[in-house]
Amino acid sequence: MSTAALRLVDVHKHFGSSHIIRGVSLEVQKGERHAVLGPNGAGKSTLFNLISGRFAPSSGTIELNGQPIHGLPPYKINRMGLSRSFQVTNLFQHMTVFENIRCALLWSRGYRYSFWHLLGWQKELNEEAEHILERIRLTARRDVQASLLSYAEQRALEIGTTIAGGADVILLDEPTAGMSRTESDQAVELLREVTVGKTLMVVEHDMSVVFNLADRISVVVYGQVIATDTPDRIRENQAVQEAYLGQMEVA
Amino acid sequence: MFELIVFSIINGLVYGMLLFMLSSGLTLIFSMMGVLNFAHASFYMLGAYAAYQISVYIGFWPALIIAPLIVAFLGALTERYGLRHVHQYGHVAELLFTFGLVYVIDEIVHLIWGRLPVDYRIPPSLDFSLFTLFGATFPAYRGFMLLVALVMFVVLYLVLTKTRVGMIVRASLSYPDMVRALGHNVPMVFTMVFALGTGLAGLAGVIAGNYFITEPGMAWAMGPIVFVVVVFGGLGSIAGALWASLIIGIIQTAAVALPYSLADLFAALGLQLTREAPLADLWFLELARIAPILPYLLLVLILVFRPRGLMGTRET
Amino acid sequence: MSGKTMQNTVGAGRRMNELPWREGLLLLAVIVLVIALPYIFTSGHSLSLLSQMGIAIIFALSYNMLLGQGGMLSFGHAVYYGLGGFITAHVLNMVGDGRLAIPLELMPLIGGLGGLAFAIPLGYINTKRSGVGFAMITLGIGELVAASSLMFTGFFGGEAGVSTNRVTEVTLLPFDYGPSIQVYYLIVAWMLLSVLGMFLLTRTPLGKMANAVRDNQERAQFVGYNPRIVSFIQFSLAGFFAGIAGGLFAINYEILTADTVGVQQSGLVLLMTFIGGVSFFFGPILGAILITYLSISLSNITEAWVLYFGLLFVLMVMYAPSGLAGIIMQHRPVWRAGKLGQLIVPYLVAAVPALILFFGAAAVIEMAYHRSASYDPSVPMELLLWDNVVITTVWPWLFAGLAIVVGGFGLRWAIRRFKAVWDDIHEEMAAGGGA
Repeated sequence: MSTAALRLVDVHKHFGSSHIIRGVSLEVQKGERHAVLGPNGAGKSTLFNLISGRFAPSSGTIELNGQPIHGLPPYKINRMGLSRSFQVTNLFQHMTVFENIRCALLWSRGYRYSFWHLLGWQKELNEEAEHILERIRLTARRDVQASLLSYAEQRALEIGTTIAGGADVILLDEPTAGMSRTESDQAVELLREVTVGKTLMVVEHDMSVVFNLADRISVVVYGQVIATDTPDRIRENQAVQEAYLGQMEVA
Repeated sequence: MFELIVFSIINGLVYGMLLFMLSSGLTLIFSMMGVLNFAHASFYMLGAYAAYQISVYIGFWPALIIAPLIVAFLGALTERYGLRHVHQYGHVAELLFTFGLVYVIDEIVHLIWGRLPVDYRIPPSLDFSLFTLFGATFPAYRGFMLLVALVMFVVLYLVLTKTRVGMIVRASLSYPDMVRALGHNVPMVFTMVFALGTGLAGLAGVIAGNYFITEPGMAWAMGPIVFVVVVFGGLGSIAGALWASLIIGIIQTAAVALPYSLADLFAALGLQLTREAPLADLWFLELARIAPILPYLLLVLILVFRPRGLMGTRET
Repeated sequence: MSGKTMQNTVGAGRRMNELPWREGLLLLAVIVLVIALPYIFTSGHSLSLLSQMGIAIIFALSYNMLLGQGGMLSFGHAVYYGLGGFITAHVLNMVGDGRLAIPLELMPLIGGLGGLAFAIPLGYINTKRSGVGFAMITLGIGELVAASSLMFTGFFGGEAGVSTNRVTEVTLLPFDYGPSIQVYYLIVAWMLLSVLGMFLLTRTPLGKMANAVRDNQERAQFVGYNPRIVSFIQFSLAGFFAGIAGGLFAINYEILTADTVGVQQSGLVLLMTFIGGVSFFFGPILGAILITYLSISLSNITEAWVLYFGLLFVLMVMYAPSGLAGIIMQHRPVWRAGKLGQLIVPYLVAAVPALILFFGAAAVIEMAYHRSASYDPSVPMELLLWDNVVITTVWPWLFAGLAIVVGGFGLRWAIRRFKAVWDDIHEEMAAGGGA
């Protein structure tokens, strides 16, 4: 049995006297698409922040491909193969779309802190950036400053910078937040395309997205996972229904 | 030696309370609005000059009341028409704004009162010796300064803990976004806090200006030390500012008086250094000579090793 | 006109591998101009001014590596400038004594290495924090270094500073660099090299990641970079170039004092860079030229020049935080759309009340200075076009006050009118063919 891509064991997190995450144990298999659902304030974002290294857990372990990552700074975790997108668009707002993507490629293509490579002459790097631009369908907006993009375009760029580095475990924090139905569907299509073969963990509120995309779902309530199962069985789960009180009806 | 210590402590306490008057206002402003008011000591200077001008026309006692109010009013104007406008451009812009303000206020003071010190005097009614200790006199005015500072502290404490406004301000010290979310008119609170902070600085100027010297350089002399106190005491904590003010006040006063150097310390430990030793400049440096830079050293050390300061509730 | 953000639209890009013919030609023209300048402005005074500008340009650009490109606000950048200068002066003295044989042309490099040598350890400490914390540490370190100048008299030369002589007779080219015209060309050569170097740096992985860290530290982590190391390296390189400027300073003035590392100098480079504009590479160049010119010529005209600078700075922070470069670049789309001509009249119309307001305020300031600075304020003073202004009477003040009021209201009206034209132009551009 191969190691799980992501493994949380009895993770707790306190903020002062608030016990936000109260013993979460979770496994995401390689290549799995795993959704995390839960009412507001349940701790989903905190969970993501713990996994991605923004906070260290108060106790418990988090493993990425078998390696412990709890307590590591975000950049180290990223280099080990985990990347994330943010609920509130988190881009390099004064740089162009192209430069955003190119920056996302630099480390994984080995450039490190070089101040002796002229970026204009890095043929392969630039070609790859163009290629990613095509995949996220932003080639036409190549030289526009990121802060001037439309909301949907920014979200697409966000996805682009998240996958550019080649991470194989990807955390997506409400990727379709604030989108219309059409935009959502397009975003999901894009996600499906660009994350082929990768392990996905998604926090989402949009039920149709979740049921379309996910192989398994975990439901988090008050800092604990109350159920982990396939979408169909989750829909029928008693405890989940109680927690949501009828919000599980797919639109 | 004992006398030296006693004097250092007493004088250090007075100086420390003065620092507290300045740093409490700055802590309030910094904690609430995230603005490090570079020009804080400039308002202190304005208080001294305003008090001088008023005492020339009317007298010291009216100046004690009127001058801080004038400074508070100027502070309110600065916040309302200057800082608030710059707020939209971010913290760096706010910092730059207050930085530029230092130069402007400095020069305006030059413009009106010239570059030489002005003759702002201790009022005759307070110009006597309170008591003598170990042969040195303790001026009544110093006692007066201490009194004013204490009264200010008590009033501030009461306002912050016993009134509704005070409660809002205290909440904003630690959780400004939350207070905003609760619907309070934060811009108005900001203006008031800025006015309060600068008014306190002005009051400090009123009582210190005639004791020390009232001259255009006084803002630059006081300014950096006040920053150190605020950082040392910690963001969000008035109590921290109090402790930090007293500690730094005593250290500064003591350091200036003590003629010791690192070489003396080594000698006491049995290691004799001569003046030909490498880095002799450093070992034989007297404490009194490095006293002016102690605040900066402390500033860097705190920021690097304990950015929360003594009692801060948030990081700088 | 103020620009809602401190940053502006990055200029419309072009394909990476196209050769920039237009930019290349422009660059060539600038180089030719710079070389020809001493033959256009021939006085000794002008030459000295030009040399100063050259040094200031390098210094200001190095500062912008921190502020504009790295998002790091430093109040102590003069430390690396000054220390680079001191080291250069000491090395020059050693060459003069015959102990070393380094040609003068390479001295600025020594300054740069000196700046770098200090920037590395101090930068390591500095970059432990970011934002306001970083700014305060730079202030603290700046003051510490300035204060220690009186303690380490061996290195800093005490009150008198360190003097040196640039005519060392160890040179690569057959000049002795005694005459200031030769020093000017040495400065020009190093300026062009430094500008090129700093420009190319912005096009490297480090340069781009410095921008990224400036924009979004968290995102930078999630593309695999340790923001602290990025800032640290950027800081060190900025110290290197500041040191080069310091080295040229040592060569030019042949004396270094503790002022060069002090907070005044740090404040001045901050002023230059900010006024020039932090969002564009050429911004600090503009700022360096303007502020150097103003500080020299203004201080000859009026005592109040510090006040004017301070006011200029504060006003720019409030109304034009993108600096001169930002203002210029905002006009670029308008120029490309061919509509720049439409702005000429509104500008002229706004200029009139602006000038009236300015002269009114300047009059008040000058008269106030005269009043506080002179022994007998009733002695008539020279003010602008008038020779016999007696400030103890009420009339000059009244006129000045009137000018301020009239100018102020006139300017407000003119700005509103200007804004209307500006908005119209942009509507036309958006509707018809834009830039």
